[in-house]
Amino acid sequence: MSEPAKDRRKERLDRGIKVRTDGIYAISHWTEIAYLLTPRLLFIVGLLLAPVILIPFPYWQRVLSIVCIFALLAISFDFLANYVGLVSLGGALYMGVGGYSAALLNSHFGLPPLVTVPVSTVLGGAICTVLLLPCLPLRGVYFAIVSLMFPLLAGRIIEALDVFGGTDGIMGVDGFSSGWVEQYVLICSVLAAVFILRRMVSEDVGLVFTGVKDNDQAVKASGINITTYKAFGVFISSMLGCLGGACLAHIYMWAGISQFALDFSIIPIAATVVGGGGTLIGSVIGCIILVPISEFLRDFGTLRIAVYAIILTAFIVFKSEGIMMYGTRKYEQFERWVRI
Amino acid sequence: MNQEPLLVVEGVSKAFGGVLALSAVDLKVYPGDILGIIGPNGSGKTTLVNSITGFIQVDRGKILFKGRDITNMKPHKIADMGLTRTFQVMRPYYSLPAFKNLIVPLFSPRARRTGGWRGGGKMGSRDTVAVDILEEIGFERDSYIPYKTASALPTGYLKRLELARCLALRPEIIICDEVLSGLSMSEMASMVPLMEKLQMEGITLVMVEHRLRELFRIANKVVVLNFGCKIAEGSSDEVMESKEVKEAYFGSEEEVFSYV
Repeated sequence: MSEPAKDRRKERLDRGIKVRTDGIYAISHWTEIAYLLTPRLLFIVGLLLAPVILIPFPYWQRVLSIVCIFALLAISFDFLANYVGLVSLGGALYMGVGGYSAALLNSHFGLPPLVTVPVSTVLGGAICTVLLLPCLPLRGVYFAIVSLMFPLLAGRIIEALDVFGGTDGIMGVDGFSSGWVEQYVLICSVLAAVFILRRMVSEDVGLVFTGVKDNDQAVKASGINITTYKAFGVFISSMLGCLGGACLAHIYMWAGISQFALDFSIIPIAATVVGGGGTLIGSVIGCIILVPISEFLRDFGTLRIAVYAIILTAFIVFKSEGIMMYGTRKYEQFERWVRI
Repeated sequence: MNQEPLLVVEGVSKAFGGVLALSAVDLKVYPGDILGIIGPNGSGKTTLVNSITGFIQVDRGKILFKGRDITNMKPHKIADMGLTRTFQVMRPYYSLPAFKNLIVPLFSPRARRTGGWRGGGKMGSRDTVAVDILEEIGFERDSYIPYKTASALPTGYLKRLELARCLALRPEIIICDEVLSGLSMSEMASMVPLMEKLQMEGITLVMVEHRLRELFRIANKVVVLNFGCKIAEGSSDEVMESKEVKEAYFGSEEEVFSYV
């Protein structure tokens, strides 16, 4: 990086159009409306059109589904870490619980995928919340460690007790009726999750979540039970993870111990770092970048992890704020040199 | 005063390891009181506040609020009954604007039941009530201050924000843990009438303070703690004349002479 000259510094100012679109005047002219809508529409329409664009590449259509599953996990991590203040490494737990419950519902009760997915989302969310309930008084890194323990434990227990198919897992799970259903179920879930959560965090409930994150003592002193709110946050977040897990079980037509693999805990965190924490959309963008990169890197064989690590490190060193923050700043502000 | 006390503390003891932070402290707070609690550093004032409000568990003793036993109850349940506190080290939600700090207490079960301070929450939106409370407590309504992020506010405003958070719950008692310390003279000058105004509103105040001069002006009863024991109680003049209090603050005569 070049050293800035001594007699001048960079000044950052809001763009005029950004200021004009802050208030009620946003609807006064089409340029303002376009300014506000373009990035949002780009995201929504882009995601909705992606399966169509990828028709010539069926392999990448499948990758898109995996991207969406990781995106759900990343949103769940971002929400819990940056709005409720619980850093959870339990992504793999949500994934496994969701996957197993969908597979069991499908193979034992014969329910179709379009029923098992929503049922195991809610059921799995409830199971994960109950499991994590005793850990809720913990904070910071302690909660992270305990939540990491659960997926490890679950895998070993299934292996040792030989329940739920043991090491073979549950086979013969129905797939989605078509690739389109699979992709659009996932894409719509991601969009719904992002926009519902974004709305929720700015509502009064979201402010209580922020309060729990910033200062839980003050929330207690305000006569609010913080455990209830933490449990609610965990429930929302684990629902998203279980939704992803249930879809994955139907995509692979199989649920097994590898659904408790630590990838599902770690990659969402990496995606949130790359995309920008605390923005929700950023974590989706992070997944859109990281998961395909990891597919490309299959050519490197075992060096894949090393290359992956270098890319991550580069992001953290050079753009630690995340793509979303960087993009928002460039979109809303301009920079210029001023003489001191 | 022949009415029932609002808050009764009976023989409360608390030890941290081998250190006895509170030993058999008794206290009675009557409705409409401004009770001052003073004492040298480390005398157990904040421990007493934490014990009453449930933030720490006491070893022995009993705490009654409105005749109900609240000993070792969860802090949020005690706050829900109308016994609120401020923190000595301010605890705002730093990432939120000042008025949004008040949305959290206004969203609490108690505030939703009672409508918050003066019941305003039943009529207007929470945002409006929040700004109303802030204005009442000294945030200039038409300035940008109520909308500023809490991390950018000076100490004086943060202390007021602590009080505002209590008010949002429509409390019966506010225990103020050193709301006057760390303030400039002018900030303090406006804080004292504010406390008197709150008393007029019918809120009972317990003030833990180091600023004795301001406290004695408004408190109608003062309790002095030293090494976790109550050493004096009475009106401010009585307390100031007490030999034990002088000794606690300045040392005993023998001690003083031993230094000379």
